[in-house]
Amino acid sequence: MEKLISKYFIPGKTFFLTDYLADGGYKAVRTVFEKYQAKEVIDLVKQSNLRGLGGAGFPCGMKWSFVPQNTGRPVYLVVNADEGEPGTFKDKYIIFHVPHLLLEGIIIAAYANNVHKAYIYIRGEYVEPYEKLKKAVEEAYAKGFLGKNIFGKSYDLDLVIHRGAGAYICGEETGLLESLEGKKGFPRLKPPFPAVVGLFGCPTVINNVETLSYVPYIVNRGAEWFAKLGSDKNGGLRLFSVSGHVKKPGVYELPLGVSLREIIYEHAGGICEDRKLKAVVPGGLSAAIFTADEIDIGMDFDQLRNKGTMAGSGGVIVMDETTCMVKALLATMRFFAHESCGQCSPCREGTGWVHRILERIAKGGGRGKDIETLLDICSFMGGTTICALADGAAMPLRSYPTKFREEFEYHVKEGKCPDLLLMEKQ
Amino acid sequence: MPRLTIDGKAIEVPKGTRVIEAAKKLETDIPYYCYHPGLSIAGNCRMCLVEVEKMPKLQIACHMEAMDGMVVRTNTEKVLKTRQHILEFLLVNHPLDCTVCDQAGECWLQDYYMKHGLYDSRVNENKVKKPKAVSLGPTVMLDAERCILCSRCVRFTDEISKTSELGIVNRGDHGEITVFPGKELKNPYSGNVVDICPVGALTDKDFRFKMRVWYLKSGDSICTGCARGCNIQVQYNLDRPHHTKGDRVMRIKPRFNENVNKWWICDEGRYGYKFHDYNRILMPLKRVLGKVEELTWHKILPEVAHGLTSAKNKFGVFLSSQLSNEELFLAKNLFKDKLKIENVFLVPGSPPGFQDDFLIRADKNPNSKGAEMLGFATEDKEIHAFLADCEKGLMKGIVVFGSDILTGLKEKKVLQAVQKLEWSVFIGSNHNLMSEYASFVLPSATFIEKDGTFTNFEGRVQKFEKILEPLGEAEPEWRILVTLARELGIHFHFDRTEEIFKALVLNVDFFKGMTYEKLGTGGSDIRSMAAPTIPALEQDANIL
Repeated sequence: MEKLISKYFIPGKTFFLTDYLADGGYKAVRTVFEKYQAKEVIDLVKQSNLRGLGGAGFPCGMKWSFVPQNTGRPVYLVVNADEGEPGTFKDKYIIFHVPHLLLEGIIIAAYANNVHKAYIYIRGEYVEPYEKLKKAVEEAYAKGFLGKNIFGKSYDLDLVIHRGAGAYICGEETGLLESLEGKKGFPRLKPPFPAVVGLFGCPTVINNVETLSYVPYIVNRGAEWFAKLGSDKNGGLRLFSVSGHVKKPGVYELPLGVSLREIIYEHAGGICEDRKLKAVVPGGLSAAIFTADEIDIGMDFDQLRNKGTMAGSGGVIVMDETTCMVKALLATMRFFAHESCGQCSPCREGTGWVHRILERIAKGGGRGKDIETLLDICSFMGGTTICALADGAAMPLRSYPTKFREEFEYHVKEGKCPDLLLMEKQ
Repeated sequence: MPRLTIDGKAIEVPKGTRVIEAAKKLETDIPYYCYHPGLSIAGNCRMCLVEVEKMPKLQIACHMEAMDGMVVRTNTEKVLKTRQHILEFLLVNHPLDCTVCDQAGECWLQDYYMKHGLYDSRVNENKVKKPKAVSLGPTVMLDAERCILCSRCVRFTDEISKTSELGIVNRGDHGEITVFPGKELKNPYSGNVVDICPVGALTDKDFRFKMRVWYLKSGDSICTGCARGCNIQVQYNLDRPHHTKGDRVMRIKPRFNENVNKWWICDEGRYGYKFHDYNRILMPLKRVLGKVEELTWHKILPEVAHGLTSAKNKFGVFLSSQLSNEELFLAKNLFKDKLKIENVFLVPGSPPGFQDDFLIRADKNPNSKGAEMLGFATEDKEIHAFLADCEKGLMKGIVVFGSDILTGLKEKKVLQAVQKLEWSVFIGSNHNLMSEYASFVLPSATFIEKDGTFTNFEGRVQKFEKILEPLGEAEPEWRILVTLARELGIHFHFDRTEEIFKALVLNVDFFKGMTYEKLGTGGSDIRSMAAPTIPALEQDANIL
């Protein structure tokens, strides 16, 4: 399988401008400037079936076509590099190893949407990637790839890097916009959507790092080629971040629609110490969990959604038979309780409440109806809030106790892990 | 105009109307906390979730725009169940300290629990601890544990007072309202955050622990603090003097009027109610050679009338722009038209002060415009000329209404002039320097103890009604004028202010066509004289 982005992921190495140019970098931008109208670029991306790889999987070309031009206001491009979804670390790799690929994607996206000012909102904890990115941007300015009259054309593009301050919610696109505007990261009510009223009240395109990084390939090698790499309506490859109990955790660039079993057992080398697989989170912590029996599934946006979970950010978290599902869910809910922005009542109170119930169960203080209460809280937490954080919390909250019901019941009743019991039996 | 149905009832509303407002028009109850018609939409409490046909998820009625053909349901099992659970969420970390909470009785958590909750608690966990009894500024106390983070107060300081003292810090269920570092909630409108706080998180320092709200009675009135004439509610208690040390008025709340003050009032008006119960003149007083004697009205009025008659027009009358239209009209009729007194002046009852671009007016009198429309236009030089005449001994007496002309005019000369007079009459509700000098002091009612109308600076004529009986022997000025006139042999056949108003309407063009009935609770604007319009949907008793 040909590697596109991940061919640059050489440990310790960053492809700065010289290296990147030597590898044929910035060819796509030149092609676009010479051959394409803005609308043609959008059509190209539409045909490529490129999906938003930040998590929502929204068709990228369609997103671009929603941006109203001629509103008398500037259009902004905001690059979401907040990468906060637990289990996801692909954008970090891109920015660290090949920041110019992202910049090339940004320039093309800017051109396609008539953008003259772009922002990269980068996760605050990503200190090293930030340093690399900063250097790359400086190089691009020095070379005339950013700034006034870029590439010698009468087109201006300024790029600002903004560092986040550690809030998961600022990865939610409207929370990110608020944060970028200098406010508290509270997601906005929609409509209006950011495409119409976004940053500073202006039409705004928001794309994930990985999404934009594939754009140069689409320009260079064609939409049809890219579309064919993936599955139906899910064009191209994507970077799967694989972590947990696997022999070779890491970032794997595979076609959309690749089977989960293949990812775990072929690419990631199987389960540590060849233990039994117990559960897998297929698309970042917010995705509903799979049991070991459910891994024969194509990892694209549509197939996973049909299975009641989501492809999300491509963060695959593998758990083997030694994992206590109560503790796994406790860790998950601790995260969501900590990261809920606190705006909507169901999410603010629900995540914290669930976390405390799970903490009590984990400590052996489970009570009769705890599991029913958890599931009940879950059903009123999801779908009732401004943003998707509560939905993301509700997915694991429903799937763990449902799919591992016996284990949860044992915990509530006996106040300890059944694993020990199972081991005693063996 | 989009036409939608809510629970099967059809309604047509202007484009842009939110579903929650359309529902109000149909008197369909959709509960909410964070929504406030006077503030931007936050959509965070999620209480107003309703079902909208063809939409998979429940939608918040406060944000959802009414669309043509929209079918909304507010009473399906899904909606009711969700509502119940949202309320449960809101109460997870609530301290449930109703027994010691000032908001009890007017708390939306209590009200909605009884209406939409009624579940058994399932919370076995410890609650999140937050600061309690935090002073946010001179007027407001915060209990962060009771707060449901609806952000109404934050939006108020951002959007209405434009002072931005408040914000929400921390995340998730650790979020809390606070003042920004180095700031305090200190602005001319700070008290409003207490009104709009739907729970007991923000309480009023002035009212805290004074009285349980269910003991309060309420009357509608007009604030007399400035020329704006904000619509207010006067909340009082007469039954529990052991709680109130005899005070009657417990607090002032704003009353919605689209054309005057919307939902708001300033702190000056809100907290400036003490004069109703303090420092009052309770009996007619006669002062002879520094000795004060309490007299009945029957005894004092003939004496005053005698003074007036024997002065043979050699006296002056100082009217005040604190007087109602009716009283000014009556006084003008009596002194200028009937008695032919030349020296009838209008002086501001209170000196001018601070003004802003929102509600507060520099003119601190409620009826300057009314006085102007009734033909009062006093120039300072006329008053000076009169005072000079007094000093020369050309004048015998003076009748002063309400105003403290001794301090009000800031003239040492005034005192010298007044001391030269044979007699002086002060008609007022509260003691001041003038009442310390006047030879006759007649106790008058405050504006909550009488009926009448004021005309605000924009020309809106607004009615106020008697809420409480006058303290002691006090009488409304208009009644004092009627009785005094009778002593002088002039018979006004007025028993109620409405009768005076009718006469006024017939005589003064400006008021043409107005009646008490037409003024209603919202008043009439002289510029339009259309029937007062208050959109029904905005009249939400809950808000105030």
